[in-house]
Amino acid sequence: MADLSTTRRTRGPVTYLLRVVAVVYLALLVVWPVALVVTNTFADGLTSLRGLFEDPDMVAALQLTAVAALCATAINLVFGVSMSLLLVRTEFPGKRLLSAALDLPLSVSPIVIGLALVLVYGGRGGWFGPTLEGWGFQVIFSTPGIVMATAFVSLPLVIREVVPVLREIGTEQEQAARSLGANGWQTFWRITLPGIRWAVVYGVVLTLARSLGEFGAVKVVSGNVLGETRTATLAVEEKYLNFDVEGAYAIAFLLASVSVVCIVVVQVLRSRADRH
Amino acid sequence: MTSTAPAQRRPARFRPALPSTLTRASGLGLGISMLWFSLLVLIPLCAVVVTASEGGWSNFWRAITNAQTRSAIVLTLEAAVAVTAVNVVVGTVIAWVLVRDRFPGKGVLEVVIDIPFALPTIVAGLVLLSLYGKDDSPLGINVANSGASVYLAFLFVTLPFVVRMVQPVLEELDLEVEEAAASLGASRFTTFRRVILPSLVPAITAGAALSFARAVGEYGSLVLLSGNLPFTSEVASVRILSAIENDNPEAAASIATLLLLVSLATIVVLDLLQRRISDRG
Repeated sequence: MADLSTTRRTRGPVTYLLRVVAVVYLALLVVWPVALVVTNTFADGLTSLRGLFEDPDMVAALQLTAVAALCATAINLVFGVSMSLLLVRTEFPGKRLLSAALDLPLSVSPIVIGLALVLVYGGRGGWFGPTLEGWGFQVIFSTPGIVMATAFVSLPLVIREVVPVLREIGTEQEQAARSLGANGWQTFWRITLPGIRWAVVYGVVLTLARSLGEFGAVKVVSGNVLGETRTATLAVEEKYLNFDVEGAYAIAFLLASVSVVCIVVVQVLRSRADRH
Repeated sequence: MTSTAPAQRRPARFRPALPSTLTRASGLGLGISMLWFSLLVLIPLCAVVVTASEGGWSNFWRAITNAQTRSAIVLTLEAAVAVTAVNVVVGTVIAWVLVRDRFPGKGVLEVVIDIPFALPTIVAGLVLLSLYGKDDSPLGINVANSGASVYLAFLFVTLPFVVRMVQPVLEELDLEVEEAAASLGASRFTTFRRVILPSLVPAITAGAALSFARAVGEYGSLVLLSGNLPFTSEVASVRILSAIENDNPEAAASIATLLLLVSLATIVVLDLLQRRISDRG
């Protein structure tokens, strides 16, 4: 509707000026630099990408990144959906405060997040760390720490997508299902979940993209042990600083293409959901 | 929006009188969720503040006013404010173009806006370095290892925030009001300033708050780009990391507490604004 009436109006010079400003700004800041990374990666054909998969340390780093991202996404999916249901469908004291606190991870520096986890779970002088290590469970400088840091940074993304949709669909259908004898579990799987499924999918895709790329928080908690706690993003830094620029570009390209695929998937899903 | 507005408003009006509606199952769910949230987020963030306060006020003050740290904090805040100001203007322009203009390739711009959000920050640094950080840069600009690189990296990572907050509000705006203003003789600029801008202000401010908070804590995109030179291109996050690496958790926690206070203030502003936006429905 909006598009129709704007096109009916005449376009003044201001329209073109604004369009040029937007396009040039985005081209200089995003499109051109990203394109250069792609061309640099393929400057000497596929050798740098192939070299990546032949290096066992790199394969280990990519595997660790994938495992950490999948664990963090699974945790945030369950946590996010149940938290959204609680925030929208129930009343309890302190709800407003909790809802604001859930947004905290988006505006806290990744380095602060890493520091916070080390102070509590660090094996040496952390609040819970020494006890946990006494039970044989190492968090910091190990995979659980990387998963926690990753889950921390991407915590609110599912909630932010699901809460508005839950509000919008209302409770009428759920009440109808209940009055027809469905229990809470059946109502959730048959009525609520289908209603919010696109929001859940967007949330998961965004969480996955964010998790794959986490760098600062992981750098603090991982210790960067070759082949054990080195993730793909840490390897980009290390390769670049060791003058292996081709290797750095190859991993960067790999990570960038995953995240770009993620955004394109979200955009396609979103426009399809809008049409229905 | 109009259909959901009453549903949203009702709980707000009666909230003080509303008793808890938790059943046994949802109470258990809330308990487990809160336990995980506390273990992951709340207790660790408290640990930062507690560690910072262990040395007393004088140690805290000394840690954040150390000459090198102070210069890093000043650079971070200056760059974050400047970049947020740029985002307020350019972000609104981009949102406007995305909603009101039509031209071939506009769909590509939609994807481009989200790239800085989805791209790993370390890759963002590498990406910027390829155009703005080499002697053989195609543009002849080399900002690597200078203060300007901090501004550039902040601009890149904060790009989506204002655009994505303003865009939906602009889409929902009633064109009839604008047409009425125009038919009463208002020029395009007057219509924008008196009719459109007032309804965008909450969204613009919310986007600005998010982009400011993101910039203040930025680290990953700067690692390769800025060189982290003391007094020139070192930001607050880098100071925290070097304090951690020098085994000085008190100093690290002190600077981190300062950053936390900044994020907390931003969140409070954001929460108040979002409440106002949803109240307007």
